[in-house]
Amino acid sequence: MRPGLARDITLVCVADALVGVSFGAIAVGLGLPLWLPVLLSLVVFAGAAQFLFVGIVGAGGNPVAAVAAGLLVNARHLPFGFAVGDVLATGWLRRLAGSHLMVDETVAFTLAQDDPRRRRIAYWGCGAGLFAAWNLGVLAGAFGGRAVGDTDAFGLDAAFPAVLVALLLPSLGDRAPRRAAGVGAAVALTATPWLPAGVPVLLALAGLAVAR
Amino acid sequence: MRLALASAVLGAGTFGFRFAGPLLKARVRLSPRVERAMGVAVVVLLAALVATAALTEGHHFAGPARPAGVAVGALLAWRRAPFALVVVAAAATAAGLRLLGLP
Repeated sequence: MRPGLARDITLVCVADALVGVSFGAIAVGLGLPLWLPVLLSLVVFAGAAQFLFVGIVGAGGNPVAAVAAGLLVNARHLPFGFAVGDVLATGWLRRLAGSHLMVDETVAFTLAQDDPRRRRIAYWGCGAGLFAAWNLGVLAGAFGGRAVGDTDAFGLDAAFPAVLVALLLPSLGDRAPRRAAGVGAAVALTATPWLPAGVPVLLALAGLAVAR
Repeated sequence: MRLALASAVLGAGTFGFRFAGPLLKARVRLSPRVERAMGVAVVVLLAALVATAALTEGHHFAGPARPAGVAVGALLAWRRAPFALVVVAAAATAAGLRLLGLP
């Protein structure tokens, strides 16, 4: 792995571990059992859906509604996998493990590489690193509680979109994807006040209609 | 027990989404045009994630600190600043503005 890539991935892992600490602490703070954030992080491994899930059940909401909300947010992984699926190679074990490591950051890091070998290295390096960092962070947060406090005070909520912007920019060089992305982002923003989380991002695919 | 079951169902469903993409890709032959469109689709999805994560919280505006931080990061990325600087500057800008009392 290029040293630059390893360093960039490590930075994102550290930031995500801190968000994981806050996720664990928030879930336990809502009165949910200790094991819940830990289990969710292992089997779901998707930050936005996990926050939504504990937000709903922590407020006394129906678990079925929490599952539905989480699934809507995670539906974007289907088109993600369709586009970066080639990096998983063949073999069932690799495909099973690789699929589980698919998150926004892994996809973005993969997208930012130009040749197949680098794409594979970025995908597996980022995926494995984030899985370890996220789960250790959540474990620490659930048991250690409040040490990190509110990660918004450190501006970590601005770090996630900034990471994606930095990785996305090279792909916006051509006119067609740039227009599609612009229209898609506008559609998602317009839909956000009215529709359940996850749906606006899927509606953004309408932007593909202007990609020519 | 209900919560453990709900976690398992959400995990299984999410895995289904993740697993289906690569599987379909390996099974279905795509024309180069559709192949290109799938590449653009990922760019569109990530751009929409950036826009909504930068500007909104739930169904509302996130407040000025976060978009300001992301804007600083985006500007630095556009000027080809190192990745670490982009990320740290975005977070520091948002944190600094909040220290000044902006939400």
